[in-house]
Amino acid sequence: MATIPTAIERHTIAVVVDNEPGVLARVIGLFSGRGYNIESLTVAEVERSTSLSRITLVTSGTPMVIEQIKAQLSRLVPVHTVKDLTEEGPHVERELALIKVAGTGERRIEALRLAEIFRARVVDSTISSFVFEVTGSSEKLDAFIELVAPIGLVELARTGIAAMSRGTDLL
Amino acid sequence: MTAGTTSTGSEARALNGAEIVLKALVDQGVEVIFGYPGGAVLPLYDALYLQNSIRHILVRHEQAAVHAAEGYARSTGKVGVVLVTSGPGATNAVTGLTDALLDSIPVVCLTGQVPTHLIGNDAFQEADTTGITRPCTKHNYLVKDIGKLARTVHEAFFVARSGRPGPVVIDLPKDILVGSGTYSSPDAVEHKTYRPRTEPAPEGIEAAAALLMSARKPILYGGGGIINSGPEASRLLGELVELTGFPCTLTLMGLGALPASDPRFLGMLGMHGTYEANHAMHDSDVMLAIGARFDDRVTGRLNAFAPHSKKIQIDIDPSSINKNVRVDIGIVGDVAASLKALIAVMKARGYKRDPKLLAPWWAEIDRRRARNCLAYSDTTKIIKPQYAIERLYALTQGHDTYVTTEVGQHQMWAAQFFKFEGPNRWMTSGGLGTMGYGLPAAMGVQIAHPDALVIDIAGEASILMNIQEMSTLAQYRLPVKVFILNNQYMGMVRQWQELVHGGRYSESYSEALPDFVKLADAFGATGLRVSAVSELDDTIRRMIETPGPVIVDVAVDPAENCFPMIPSGAAHNEMLLGPEDQATATSGAEEGMVLV
Repeated sequence: MATIPTAIERHTIAVVVDNEPGVLARVIGLFSGRGYNIESLTVAEVERSTSLSRITLVTSGTPMVIEQIKAQLSRLVPVHTVKDLTEEGPHVERELALIKVAGTGERRIEALRLAEIFRARVVDSTISSFVFEVTGSSEKLDAFIELVAPIGLVELARTGIAAMSRGTDLL
Repeated sequence: MTAGTTSTGSEARALNGAEIVLKALVDQGVEVIFGYPGGAVLPLYDALYLQNSIRHILVRHEQAAVHAAEGYARSTGKVGVVLVTSGPGATNAVTGLTDALLDSIPVVCLTGQVPTHLIGNDAFQEADTTGITRPCTKHNYLVKDIGKLARTVHEAFFVARSGRPGPVVIDLPKDILVGSGTYSSPDAVEHKTYRPRTEPAPEGIEAAAALLMSARKPILYGGGGIINSGPEASRLLGELVELTGFPCTLTLMGLGALPASDPRFLGMLGMHGTYEANHAMHDSDVMLAIGARFDDRVTGRLNAFAPHSKKIQIDIDPSSINKNVRVDIGIVGDVAASLKALIAVMKARGYKRDPKLLAPWWAEIDRRRARNCLAYSDTTKIIKPQYAIERLYALTQGHDTYVTTEVGQHQMWAAQFFKFEGPNRWMTSGGLGTMGYGLPAAMGVQIAHPDALVIDIAGEASILMNIQEMSTLAQYRLPVKVFILNNQYMGMVRQWQELVHGGRYSESYSEALPDFVKLADAFGATGLRVSAVSELDDTIRRMIETPGPVIVDVAVDPAENCFPMIPSGAAHNEMLLGPEDQATATSGAEEGMVLV
């Protein structure tokens, strides 16, 4: 019997769906009902005229599970397209985070210095706090968050990944 | 596409929502609805009252309405239709919907809902029906705009019957049913994206043909997908078997796809399948799975499943391919279309069956057949359940017979001992294993085939789960015959307790059973009881000859177990053939305990 690969792989999958009530619940219910992992999931309407939404999800599993996930997603009636960006070649992944750092004096200055290195923008400021907006790969966000944590990180909001294949390829 | 522009004058007349729904049902060819009224669906019942095109069958519990629709659908190939009210009406239907989902049965279920402005307010008889039924339907809809009502109904029928069929729910708020709107005809309805593939890819068919033509130990493994594809698929399976001379086994759901009398039919496979079928699966070099999904009841222990075979799988649902078992060639397509293409390619390549090539394989199979794995120790002292089914089968020959079952030992014995010569004759709850399925399903079958002999082979425990439907049989004078194998136990539960729980029969004894003869009488049916082997034939004859519904209470050997059996977690070649094997099987009992 051929050996079946059992290594866990991480895949980023883009799904175009009809923007109708319950469609996100269908996708999430599929994952919880069948015991698949969701590491990140983002959704928003991308075409108002045709009422289409795009879901970007990051999941992990054995190749057989990943194949199942894609087949199960494709089976949902309101799903238009399922594309495995990880499998289909190079793609870009971006995430946005809002990071609240509280503190005064030297710690404020250090926070600003780090923000500059990471090209984080200050989107709100008081005399004892900043809210930074930082965009990039999830790893870059992780790195920035790790650095500002000891300085006074008090609150964090992340969007999850939005992803797209490179080049002229369309979904 | 918009349908409204082509409407004729009469179609453009404003109808109320209930009238739109009924008009859409009529245009979808619906002749019968199984349902139960309630507050939220009163406008629909009012509209039903004022028309004559659609017949409504009043059930006694909403679960039974769905099973009846399933029985109707499975015996006709049409979509079964259900109408229930909001809240408890919808939640009662959930078991039936799940059953239809797992067995891929086309059902459209209309549920009432509280008016749109009350949704979310915990109104009287409100339940989040689309939320609750999302995981147990193929698709569902909540109609909040009367302008989309007709289209939604048409789309629901399309989704229910196309691709891999399944149940679809349409949740209908009461204000939508009383509001006024315009009707649109079904021809304009095409789903934006949902277009299941039915034609197989030629490369897959070519590769499959090459593999099958080179096989020395082939096996055809067919499932419910053949039945769902329509009678043509069963005919083509017969043609493929005739062309190749390959042995063929069928799943519980596929029985009847190949006539049981065909010498190439090895019987059912799986947990309670035949010795020859399971060993042929295990030892095969090329396996062709046709509309079958490698369910755990079929495969046994996965890592020991048919280890030396190249596997080809034909399925209309891409997610069925490579789900449990990795296959070498996956073909997405309708069974009939795929078999037709496959046969054509094999013929075009000049394939001729070579009996000499397959002779060693058939010799191996015949050696296993000679074990006579379904043999049981017959006696004149007590009715053996297997014997009862054998007699039932023998005495119903020459009748236009349909069989439904409940779930448990009797179901497996029925599958083993009742022989089906064609598709759509056998209705059983395979995937979900729903006790209480058989009686309402038989009701649906009888509605579709008023003159046929419809038999529910039941157990004394299962039958009590939907016994209230005897009242429906009485109301519509449906002559369903309920054939109870009464062993006073939840037999399959007891069998497992014997096998893996040290014979501790926890709660599996059927205490305080009703007198089924009096029970039949109370429902206006005929009750018969038999416990002597010598009287069994006469009782079965009386059951067949008695007009109207009949309950037969057959007292069978309470200790009998269902063999052969592949214990959970075992492989196809590790079958227990009878009680003598049972003692040696307890070694794996600890592991077996966690499995179902």
